[in-house]
Amino acid sequence: MKRLDPFLPFVGAAGLVAVWYIAVWARIVDPVLLPSPAETFWALWKGMTGGALGMDFLMTVRRTVISTLIAAAIAIPLGIFLGSSERLYRSVEFVIDFFRSTPASAMFPLFLVLFGVGDETKISVAAFGAMLVILFNVAYGVMNARKTRLLAAKVMGASRFRVLTDVMLLESLPQTFIGLRNGVSLALVIIVVAEMFIGSTDGLGHRVFEAQQLFAMPDMYAAIFAAGALGYGLNLGFLLIERRYVHWSGK
Amino acid sequence: MDGRATTLPKTPAGPLDAGPAGRPHVTIRGLSKRFGKAVIYDKFDFDIPRGKLISVFGPNGCGKSTLINMIAGLIPIDEGEILFDGKRLNEIKFGYVFQNYREALFPWLRAIDNVEYPLKLMQVPAAERKARSEKLIAHLGVKIDLNRYPYEMSGGQQQLVSIMRALIVEPEILFLDEPFSALDYEMTLFMREQLQRVFQETGTTTVLVSHDLEEAVYLADRVLLLSRHPALVADFVHFDDARPRTDATLSAPDFIRIKAHCLEVFQREVRKG
Repeated sequence: MKRLDPFLPFVGAAGLVAVWYIAVWARIVDPVLLPSPAETFWALWKGMTGGALGMDFLMTVRRTVISTLIAAAIAIPLGIFLGSSERLYRSVEFVIDFFRSTPASAMFPLFLVLFGVGDETKISVAAFGAMLVILFNVAYGVMNARKTRLLAAKVMGASRFRVLTDVMLLESLPQTFIGLRNGVSLALVIIVVAEMFIGSTDGLGHRVFEAQQLFAMPDMYAAIFAAGALGYGLNLGFLLIERRYVHWSGK
Repeated sequence: MDGRATTLPKTPAGPLDAGPAGRPHVTIRGLSKRFGKAVIYDKFDFDIPRGKLISVFGPNGCGKSTLINMIAGLIPIDEGEILFDGKRLNEIKFGYVFQNYREALFPWLRAIDNVEYPLKLMQVPAAERKARSEKLIAHLGVKIDLNRYPYEMSGGQQQLVSIMRALIVEPEILFLDEPFSALDYEMTLFMREQLQRVFQETGTTTVLVSHDLEEAVYLADRVLLLSRHPALVADFVHFDDARPRTDATLSAPDFIRIKAHCLEVFQREVRKG
């Protein structure tokens, strides 16, 4: 039985497809609203290989990656700075938590006024949301650095700056990656929502919305699956980078 | 070292106990420390003799660890002066070994890089770092694979790496804060032998905080027995049995007598509380 363990993750997926087939076969749902898995995956395949879906997929990847990079570039140095002094972080914690709790989608109108109806608005709202998530995690990673480890560096004669670069930074990496994974997921959510707006002409959000408007149900499900695969893939990507470079995480 | 054990009267023990250089290694004068309302040390005087292994033993919360943490500069002192051959802490090289090896080592560095890290801080070139760590490994007869990461090692191996990291700078004095108390008994016995070997090989003045009386006496040249806080020197006991000490030491009459004496002093201090 143990030999079959690697296949366990596929059980749920196979089950889902099976239930889906049964629902289509038994006509539990209107066939117009729920195409068969085969139809859907065919639409996905066609769309991704040379169809418009592939292009939309790439646009969403591009926006999500850019906004996450901007967020990380601001949040990581700022998080280290704020986290290196607990009193400093406590003094700005309320502001960070407040905006972290504010739905980023509520900021769209403001950012539309600031940046107009273009990519800048989508990317900056996503970057704003992701930035706060990453910032909070980095700062906590730095603040929760093991006291003994900091003392050990200090007792060996490390300067405050060396303690920061040699210990605190590395200590915060596991938590930083948690922030990056949450941040990229949030960025994707915001980007896809933004792409559904009037004025958007591409991206997965646009594709889902347009397919729904045209009643092209297989295309709509295909776009949803593409978005799901993207979110899963981005998360997995960060997880693999973390396992490679933050090998001590959780040990 | 005539194998004869004696007990000496109360502080200051140092002048009676000067090492080869004729004077104590560390002089502690007028040391005071409070935690909130609790007075842990009040005008505490003590001399640490040179080239000896000193165990610090006393009732719970009497300030054993606080004492070496203050000497090693981990905790600020309220009042008083601690000098090493007349020098301040920042002018000397010293090593410190934490109880919690898991949190004291750097998990992102291989064991060997952990050992060499203090040299890196001193800007010693890589080639010399390697030469010095190789020398230390040969000196101590370390046989474990140091190319692994700390989390891939057993607790005892990790603590051995911590001790090597403390020794790599060739410290004038070595502090160990209950270094074996997180290890299982088998590993503790093994690590006692390792520490004894380190001490025999290097002759470095060593201050060991222990909560295990058998260990404290077995490893020590001198046992510093503290009272409840505010801590005073309850006794400063000599144990001059020849090294290497072995399992046979544990049943030798001298050892048993000294240990019994220490226990008596300890019990007396505990009851006073």
